[in-house]
Amino acid sequence: MTDTQNHEEAIVSKTLYDRLGGEPAVNVAVDIFYRKVLNDDRINRFFDDVDMETQAAKQKAFLTMAFGGPHSYTGADMRKGHAHLVKMGLDDSHFDAVVEHLGATLVELNAPQELIAEVVVICETTRNDILGR
Amino acid sequence: MYKLTIEENSYSCQADETVLDALLRKDVAITYSCKKGTCHSCIVSSPDTTPPEAAQSGLKNTLKKLNYFLACQCHPEQDMTIKLPDQAEFYSEGTVIVTEMLNRNTLLLSLTFNDTFKFNAGQFVNLQRADGLTRSYSIANTPQKSNILEFNIRRLPNGQFSEWLHNDIKVGDTIAVSEANGSCFYLPEKNDQNILLAGTGTGLAPLAGILTDALAQGHSGSIYLFHGSREVEDLYRIDEMQKLDEEHENFHYIPCLSGEDSPEGFSHGRVNEVALASLPDLKGWRVFLCGNPDMVKQMKKMTFLKGAASADIYADAFLVSPA
Repeated sequence: MTDTQNHEEAIVSKTLYDRLGGEPAVNVAVDIFYRKVLNDDRINRFFDDVDMETQAAKQKAFLTMAFGGPHSYTGADMRKGHAHLVKMGLDDSHFDAVVEHLGATLVELNAPQELIAEVVVICETTRNDILGR
Repeated sequence: MYKLTIEENSYSCQADETVLDALLRKDVAITYSCKKGTCHSCIVSSPDTTPPEAAQSGLKNTLKKLNYFLACQCHPEQDMTIKLPDQAEFYSEGTVIVTEMLNRNTLLLSLTFNDTFKFNAGQFVNLQRADGLTRSYSIANTPQKSNILEFNIRRLPNGQFSEWLHNDIKVGDTIAVSEANGSCFYLPEKNDQNILLAGTGTGLAPLAGILTDALAQGHSGSIYLFHGSREVEDLYRIDEMQKLDEEHENFHYIPCLSGEDSPEGFSHGRVNEVALASLPDLKGWRVFLCGNPDMVKQMKKMTFLKGAASADIYADAFLVSPA
């Protein structure tokens, strides 16, 4: 086995979370992402009544999950956590807007396109739970 | 294996265990949720030991300085004394040395202590009356005169505690005072960072402490203080702040009045509106917000949207207890 192969295997075996930069990457991304979300009139009403610090912690948890990092949230948690937003009218268009901001955040952080695509795939796996379907 | 001490009890933490797991194994009541360092539910502090770096990852720098850490991320590197969030506070006795009115509704109360009182300018304590009635008040001075604490106390309509302080307390009386709390204070790092201080009413107390501390530590970035109330009679320490403004090129004091009249030298409008209109871009700024909870909540969001990093926004919302 050549060194190049070794190197490539090491890259492949690392998780998406690690390849994006692990926790430091999440810490950098969370402000950029959350600022985009709060500035978007399509979705910011869902964030009106929340305390910023609590929300930032939630954003961090969300990004950790979206990056494929260590998280302890299940589909049931997702449903429960978003049920009140579904009552407020949360639908696919809002979900898409959030994914759009996440993608734009990663572009801003110069993440490679293929990693962004992987993040989007992970987000998609939560769509039905989040929208309570 | 290390020893974890909580009040009178001690517990052993095995080599492969986190502090959280060790305490849960012994049925210690500690709140937690994700066990991944994300939710911060299991935040505790260690008064006398510096926690391992990994256990403080993601915490505000002021909390790090106060030795707070996440129990779920902590593999001890030495024996640790641990303080749980709901653990009873230690009270010491302060003796009143000054009571004087700063304006028509704000009392300056100074207390002295036999021993050095440890605090950071901008923190708050709980004051307790002999019958147990307790209220939180921000400390108005800096630790330079370290066995003295000063408070700016506004008389609240029907406020049991503030009425008592305004009407009955006199020099020589004693009051029970808790340890200092809160993470809204100045740290002497990033000396050239611009600082925004915004507060209403007695929100000036912690902000003035933070300001004095920053100036004393030679902060070189610009510092803007916006202090607001409805009428000029409800502002206070105006001369003192104006003098500091004249003495320090990098300090700017902007008193704001939201009522109908605003005499020359005062900005007209609510403190948050004036501050946000004056400072269009807060990228890279450090922000301190104290006072009215709605103002604080709104400013937290607006300063963040204007570019301040969430880690650089420090806030102390004053919650008014029902009479």
